[in-house]
Amino acid sequence: MSSVVANSPRPSHALSTLLLEVRGVSKCFGSRSVLKGISLNIASGEFLTLLGESGSGKTTLLRLIAGFEQPTAGEIWMDGERLDTLQPYKRRVNTVFQHYALFPHLSVRDNVAYGLRVKKTSVSEIGGRVDEALRMVKMEEFASSRPSKLSGGQQQRVALARALINRPQLLLLDEPLSALDANLRKQMQGELKSLQRELGITFLFVTHDQEEAMALSDRIALLRDGALEQVASAREIYAHPATAYTAQFIGQTNLLRGEVRNGVATCGALQWPTQDPAGAAIFSLRPEVIRLAADAATSPGTARFRATLQQQFYSGASELLEVKCGNGQLLRVRISARGPLSGEHEFVFSIADAIRVHE
Amino acid sequence: MYSRAYKTIVSLPPLLWVGLFLLLPYALMFAHSFWAVRNGQLVHHWNLENYSTLFSKPVYAGVFLRTLRIAASVTVCSLLLGYPLAYYLSFHSGARKELLYQLVIVPLWVSYLVRGYAWKTILGTDGVLNGFLQYLHFTREPVSFFLYSPFAVVLMLTHIYTPFVFLPIYAALEHIPRPLVEASQDLGAGSAQTFFRVILPLSLPGLIAGATFAFVLSLGDFLAPLLVGGASSTMISNVVQSLFGAAYDWPLGAAISVCILIVILSLLFLTERLEKRWAFK
Repeated sequence: MSSVVANSPRPSHALSTLLLEVRGVSKCFGSRSVLKGISLNIASGEFLTLLGESGSGKTTLLRLIAGFEQPTAGEIWMDGERLDTLQPYKRRVNTVFQHYALFPHLSVRDNVAYGLRVKKTSVSEIGGRVDEALRMVKMEEFASSRPSKLSGGQQQRVALARALINRPQLLLLDEPLSALDANLRKQMQGELKSLQRELGITFLFVTHDQEEAMALSDRIALLRDGALEQVASAREIYAHPATAYTAQFIGQTNLLRGEVRNGVATCGALQWPTQDPAGAAIFSLRPEVIRLAADAATSPGTARFRATLQQQFYSGASELLEVKCGNGQLLRVRISARGPLSGEHEFVFSIADAIRVHE
Repeated sequence: MYSRAYKTIVSLPPLLWVGLFLLLPYALMFAHSFWAVRNGQLVHHWNLENYSTLFSKPVYAGVFLRTLRIAASVTVCSLLLGYPLAYYLSFHSGARKELLYQLVIVPLWVSYLVRGYAWKTILGTDGVLNGFLQYLHFTREPVSFFLYSPFAVVLMLTHIYTPFVFLPIYAALEHIPRPLVEASQDLGAGSAQTFFRVILPLSLPGLIAGATFAFVLSLGDFLAPLLVGGASSTMISNVVQSLFGAAYDWPLGAAISVCILIVILSLLFLTERLEKRWAFK
């Protein structure tokens, strides 16, 4: 499996310089092993997302990089220097905390100026840079407010400004949008992305929301039980999930369990020719690659099956069908909206879209 | 909704309690301070003589100043002990936190008098401390100023009131969200800067509450000077006690009490304003 899981950076990052190297990092809390030998490289200027369920170890990895925890084994290097042995306050890394962690006794301006003040930056420089940082996140008019007077989205912006004013080499974001409502989250996603592009700062973003990860990231590192399941670009990880877990976690899918024999894949009622090696096999078939046969011209390289409509979920531009094959096998199909359907239909999918995955 | 009768009935006991045990005694004290004693008899003759005596005779001002000085020393000493203790417990004690917390609280269950007498046996001329010092040949003769001195009073009161200072500071420190400390480190502040820029300001309300406890409680104390203080450390409450007792001059005693009450009430008013001003969220 390791060959499939190995880092496969997008071409745009293949030549860019390496910023952060996580080398075989493990972390145990008592007898509980939270991270198991993680190795991960982050390129300079990249937006990398650590995605995983709660308890998968993504926040722990972030805290190891920030310096709030020490790895049990392994090393972390940044820009050619050992990072994990440095005190947190000596690292050129800044964090946007999950609940922002703004200082309640300081105004917005003083919160943002904090990093510069502790580094004894000159007063005139602080003034200019704070104004600039507040302008960047559109919070100039709240400069003298206390954090408690701000909405969640506004606190979020202050937290960003407070971290970015220090011009970190790497910005860590710990589920920064999880406390915001859906609309605001979408808006902040857009702003985060454009900020990152403008500033060219490397972002390491932690989330459990796969949609958010797909929308924002150059690459996604999917964590499962403290180990990396797959690291790839959003498109790559969606189109070619390495494992059944990845296929299910990133987007919806139909997992087809069956076998390959004599050049034919058989998964319940579905059958199609394949060049895959023989043996037991799992395939991922995304709902949207299946179409109604009535809508598609017969073409080579496709497979067909008949199924009865069970449920139909309308969602505007598309609708999700739950269909049942003759053997009782349930499949999900996403088609463009076309009004109520019923009874038995023939469905078709391109054989190339059935992706063989590991367990 | 509760009926009117029900509300009246449930509010009666606390009203009675406050009226009988707080307001009435205060009113009586206030009235007494304007009365007089003639030929060993209390007469209900309204006058300001008690107050003019208080302000004209320097002995009262002297005792009062000494009381303030002792109370201030106790406050400073118990803050110097209580704050680091609370800080250590809250931030660095790890798994021993619960045990250490109980150890700080345990002395509160021991009677004040017992602790006073304990200091007597420790500090006296044939006490534990002197015995130890002579055993080590640091001193040849018993040191007498350990006991029956303002030093002894400050020591005993500091011992007694440090837990009172510790508790509100500890509570304030425990309420500081730990991500704030991490945020400070993340922004480049070392431990000292984090302490002075984040932890100390956020614990100020607890610090003020603790200091107020120590100051107000030791300002009104009369047992410590009685047990370990001696004549050189008579405090204002001892004067009140003797005026109400042996001297049988309740009006003058009441006048002093009214003055103490005014000082303490203004102090509480002031510290409450400060606590509110420095309270966050």
